[in-house]
Amino acid sequence: MTVRVLVAKVGLDGHDRGIKVVARLLRDAGMEVVYTGLFQTPETVAAAAIQEDVDVVGLSMLSGAHMTLAPLVVEALRDHGSDIPVVLGGIVPPSDLDELKELGVAAVFGPGANAHDIVNVITSIVAASR
Amino acid sequence: MSGIPLAPVYGPRDAEYPGLYPYTRGVHSSMYRTKLWTMRMFAGFGTAVDTNARFREIIRSGGTGLSTAFDMPTLLGLDSDDPMSLGEVGRCGVAIDSLADVRDLFAGIDLGTITTSMTINSPAAVMLALFVAQAEESGVSREHLGGTLQNDILKEYQAQKEFVFPPRQSMRLVRDTISFTAAEMPKWNSVSVSGYHIREAGSTAAEELAFTLANGFAYVELAGLAGLGVDAVAPHLSFFFNAHIDFFEEIAKYRAARRIWAKWMREHYGAKDERSWQLRFHTQTAGVSLTAQQPEINIARTAIEALAGVLGGTQSLHTNSMDEALALPSQKAARIALRTQQIIAHETNVTNVADPLGGSWFIEELTDEMEREAEVIFAHINKMGEGSMLEGCIRGIEENWFQGRIADSAYELERSFNSGERVVVGVNDFLEGNDEDDMATLRITNEDERKQLARLEKVRHDRDGEQVRRALERLSREASDPEVNLMDALIDAAKSYATVGEMMTALVGVFGRHVEVPSL
Repeated sequence: MTVRVLVAKVGLDGHDRGIKVVARLLRDAGMEVVYTGLFQTPETVAAAAIQEDVDVVGLSMLSGAHMTLAPLVVEALRDHGSDIPVVLGGIVPPSDLDELKELGVAAVFGPGANAHDIVNVITSIVAASR
Repeated sequence: MSGIPLAPVYGPRDAEYPGLYPYTRGVHSSMYRTKLWTMRMFAGFGTAVDTNARFREIIRSGGTGLSTAFDMPTLLGLDSDDPMSLGEVGRCGVAIDSLADVRDLFAGIDLGTITTSMTINSPAAVMLALFVAQAEESGVSREHLGGTLQNDILKEYQAQKEFVFPPRQSMRLVRDTISFTAAEMPKWNSVSVSGYHIREAGSTAAEELAFTLANGFAYVELAGLAGLGVDAVAPHLSFFFNAHIDFFEEIAKYRAARRIWAKWMREHYGAKDERSWQLRFHTQTAGVSLTAQQPEINIARTAIEALAGVLGGTQSLHTNSMDEALALPSQKAARIALRTQQIIAHETNVTNVADPLGGSWFIEELTDEMEREAEVIFAHINKMGEGSMLEGCIRGIEENWFQGRIADSAYELERSFNSGERVVVGVNDFLEGNDEDDMATLRITNEDERKQLARLEKVRHDRDGEQVRRALERLSREASDPEVNLMDALIDAAKSYATVGEMMTALVGVFGRHVEVPSL
């Protein structure tokens, strides 16, 4: 079954190079990708993910707001009774990784993560959640 | 070092020389022999008090200019207590809400002697108003202020995506700042036309060059519509380019930029003042070239990139810190980055001779090729604008042409990394050491956000609410008349302690908001 991904920019960060490149690489790997556009809130992302019936939500954050916003997206999904996994890419210090996992972020991709690994990790997260 | 006497510049008698039109070899005849580049380190985080301390540290360490990084809410014209600001306050720059913050930001720094650059775009006119208000309060009159407002809104729609108003309404504010500074702030650069973000968003070097200069032409045409001749505006435009890792290509890019600008200003726009022909630029090393893996090796990348900027004749330089693929720079990492510039400036002797690579068959051919590629792009933009570069740049944004080209180039580059066709040390090759201990990075805690909210609350409490209301009302009224220059109303509002968010909200009420149609 084709994996469906919602890629989203939450908050005020306009850096969209990474999210666009990753979205195209996921498409190359055969996934269906929906992009929210910029300046979304945790609530709009959760609503879009449920409405689009995606298998995974991918957030991209380069502004340092990930510790606040990524868990809020997880929370918004869970509030709607959804268990869609959330993954995160961007500028994330290694010291934040453990806490993000505890807060429900399924995987984090830092700078330099390659397409192959991103596809594999997303594929296995989706397989485990189905 | 061995004492061989050096001339300030080399070349055959009939060669083009630095300091002479079209300035391929540099805008000054003796370049760094007369004056080194400005070591302008970009800094900002937390509250204004935190950033003021970093500014003073930079000045103590020998930095010769200041450059302010604002946080995301400020860049988007939101107050720190706006619900959308949650988690972003003071994170990737300093939080500025009102005149009270600007006062603390520059406390103990003489704005009459040190030049200040402010990296802000959508709310650029608002920040300029706050800066003028603060300077005048501290006894420095506006005509003595030297510095640069980034104020390059076109590249925001094209690349960096920190926009608020629709493009045409934004351009009215740019027009107002250009007119205001041309009349009242002779030492001020009204726009820093920026390729840096275009490149960081994924463009090629030639696209960075061409999009940036096209945007520069657009601002010249915009000022022309406001009745300012090319010689009243062009000398106050400065440029800002990326220094990426492809060493010679970058040097060729800077040389081509100077030549193209000189030719277009003189031949196309009829500039008579040679200062209009001279492209002066700031350089920043490439953030995207930094790796999170083995972060210490970023020092080497940054040194090589900085050297390209210097050999390309930059007027000022920011060097990135080794830890910036992980977080905002720590104080130590920022100091090493500044030291890298000081080594180039004071130890290597590369400053002795202007345009030392001029005359190299390779560099000259690469410079010509950069110019050719840029001209092809200019022709396309000109066609989109039916003969107007201003219209071409705006339509190119509205039709997603710039955004699409940048995304395509970014994707192609990423594929070449993924396939291993291009090597990035520590990322797709030479991985030994990747699993060593993590580097300690700067932590911005939520404490800063709480502190800033308390500061803002105090400002709202202490000010004269009626005076603020009148100032904002005047701003809305004047914004509705496209003929009025808004700077006076903005300075008035700034002095009343109206916040950035309040001023921007008043303008949104008249101008509306821009929403980008999402595209992949």
